[in-house]
Amino acid sequence: MSADPKLKARLGIALIGVALAVLPFVVGATFGNSWVRIVDFALLYIMLALGLNIVVGFAGLLDLGYIAFYAVGAYLYALLSSPHLATAFPALFAVAPGWPVWAVLPLGALVAGLFGVMLGAPTLKLRGDYLAIVTLGFGEIIRIFLNNLNAPANITNGPQGINNIAAAQIGGHALNRPLELFGVMVPGVHLQYYFFLALTLLVVFVCVRLQDSRLGRAWVAIREDEVAARACGINTRNVKLLAFGLGATFGGVAGGLFAGFQGFVSPESFGLLESVMVLCMVVLGGMGHIPGVILGAVLLALLPEALRWGAVPVQQSLFGKVLIDPESLRLLLFGIALVVVMRWRPAGLWPSALRKRELAAHGEAA
Amino acid sequence: MSAPLLEARGISKRFGGVQALREVSLSIRAGEVYGLIGPNGAGKTSFFNVLTGLYSADQGEVRFDGQPLPLGVPHRIAGLGIARTFQNIRLFGAMSALENVMVGRHIRLHTGVLGAILRTPAARREEADTEARAHALLRYVGIDRLANQQATHLSYGDQRRLEIARALATEPRLLALDEPAAGMNATETAGLRALIEKLRGDGMTVLLIEHDVKLVMGLCDRVAVLDYGEKIAEDVPDVVRRDPRVIAAYLGREAADA
Ligand SMILES: Nc1ncnc2c1ncn2[C@@H]1O[C@H](COP(=O)(O)OP(=O)(O)OP(=O)(O)O)[C@@H](O)[C@H]1O
Ligand SMILES: [Mg+2]
Repeated sequence: MSADPKLKARLGIALIGVALAVLPFVVGATFGNSWVRIVDFALLYIMLALGLNIVVGFAGLLDLGYIAFYAVGAYLYALLSSPHLATAFPALFAVAPGWPVWAVLPLGALVAGLFGVMLGAPTLKLRGDYLAIVTLGFGEIIRIFLNNLNAPANITNGPQGINNIAAAQIGGHALNRPLELFGVMVPGVHLQYYFFLALTLLVVFVCVRLQDSRLGRAWVAIREDEVAARACGINTRNVKLLAFGLGATFGGVAGGLFAGFQGFVSPESFGLLESVMVLCMVVLGGMGHIPGVILGAVLLALLPEALRWGAVPVQQSLFGKVLIDPESLRLLLFGIALVVVMRWRPAGLWPSALRKRELAAHGEAA
Repeated sequence: MSAPLLEARGISKRFGGVQALREVSLSIRAGEVYGLIGPNGAGKTSFFNVLTGLYSADQGEVRFDGQPLPLGVPHRIAGLGIARTFQNIRLFGAMSALENVMVGRHIRLHTGVLGAILRTPAARREEADTEARAHALLRYVGIDRLANQQATHLSYGDQRRLEIARALATEPRLLALDEPAAGMNATETAGLRALIEKLRGDGMTVLLIEHDVKLVMGLCDRVAVLDYGEKIAEDVPDVVRRDPRVIAAYLGREAADA
């Protein structure tokens, strides 16, 4: 009796494991390797969405500047793994810094986490709209700094961004180069996929563990009723700062991966629209529900690419010409999707069970 | 008798033009059920809010078991052993009844980020112990069968019980209940009364705000009366009931309201 569901769960995990392992080869063979690249990006978005989910989904703190932490992680990686600093400050750097990935990523996580606490500290008394405005401002400040820190000292190289960033190396092999394994050529995007997948699984694991703990409960308690949480003995200041800090940490890791993957970073990648995008992944998927957030991230990461791929030929065959370009169509569909989901599934596409019942109850009462 | 468990001295609190509390002093002995009554807007809830740290006081101090209370710092006050319920029920709506009580254990637990992520044996033990204690508390207040129900799905009376269980989870030495019988029917009120008697029997000190005069007079060892933020009487129920100032306060308000 009890062995059956356990066996089923193990079988399920094994199946998912096999599917994830062969995914890049299947996708690469059917759609081409540019789609494997898109899958890699989807993994980065999953990390970002899960990080933001700690702040918004668990603790209920509306953060519109989350992408700043992604930027911090990305620029840190860029500075420590590219010739930029050596070119800009030849007196200080005789050779270009080439930090190994196992050192840069944790450092990026740490620095982003500190930025998270820095953002959190002055906003502790704010909630809802006010918090959203302040965090939005914070995100923009970081982006504007990156844009302008090319003078008097050229730290970020301004709007041109930083080039020639070295790809992550594992076991002496750069992940942007193909690798021959057992007679099979494994392309770079596939290797990046496995690297990102491992870190994504780690992030999921950490999120699940935190959620099922004293801290996860404290976050949700603050979200549900901050006054009662304080009366229950929760140090809301510390617990909120922890949420900001940990959420930012994931953003920092994802940012580092992004920089090593692209080989190039510029302030353009870290605008408000990116923050909104990640927030939508959390909200559409199911705030506070880890599988829902993952679903939201995957859907919204794939949607624009699917449109880019399908919108032009479909319109051409229907109308004989392209009426709406894919980029506008993306924003249009995106807006429609948001309205539809918020109207009919206000708790998200895949909400957690208890939460769903709560909203159902509200509907009955209304 | 022994020194009081709680001693408030000269507590004042003002909101703009309203003097919610005017130099209120009172002392509560360990093991007693102490009633706090007064007309609407008299300042009873404000006193609770100061006592539990949600508001800071303009003046005055509170000593708890001989030590000064860190007014304005609710989590430390909870840690020292004062727990409360709310006049307008404040539960964690999206959580189950059991989880609500588990949150109440927060301050008595030690698991940090690393312990939670690695799920160390200590963390695992603590988590199992928390769940077991939460079940025991739900049983104590009589709603263990509802442990896995969402808090907002409980009946009104059960939500009040759940709030008491959550407060007890912090291991308080003083339990402050803000109008726990409000909105309850006669059966539920009788059940509540039995629960408070049980708490007293188990040695808990209870501070009770209540409008139900019969409940207060029947249950409390001593009663204090607030009117316009001022304490106008403090004694055993039979004496307070006959106090002309108390009668005037209640009748005066009712006459003015009519
Ligand atoms: N946060 C606040 N801001 C402004 N005024 C407040 C605040 N809290 C309480 N007051 C005012 O202080 C006075 C005392 O209110 P309080 O809630 O303490 O009364 P109460 O005795 O609990 O009344 P009730 O029996 O209606 O619960 C009232 O005039 C109320 O309007
Ligand atoms: Mg009140």
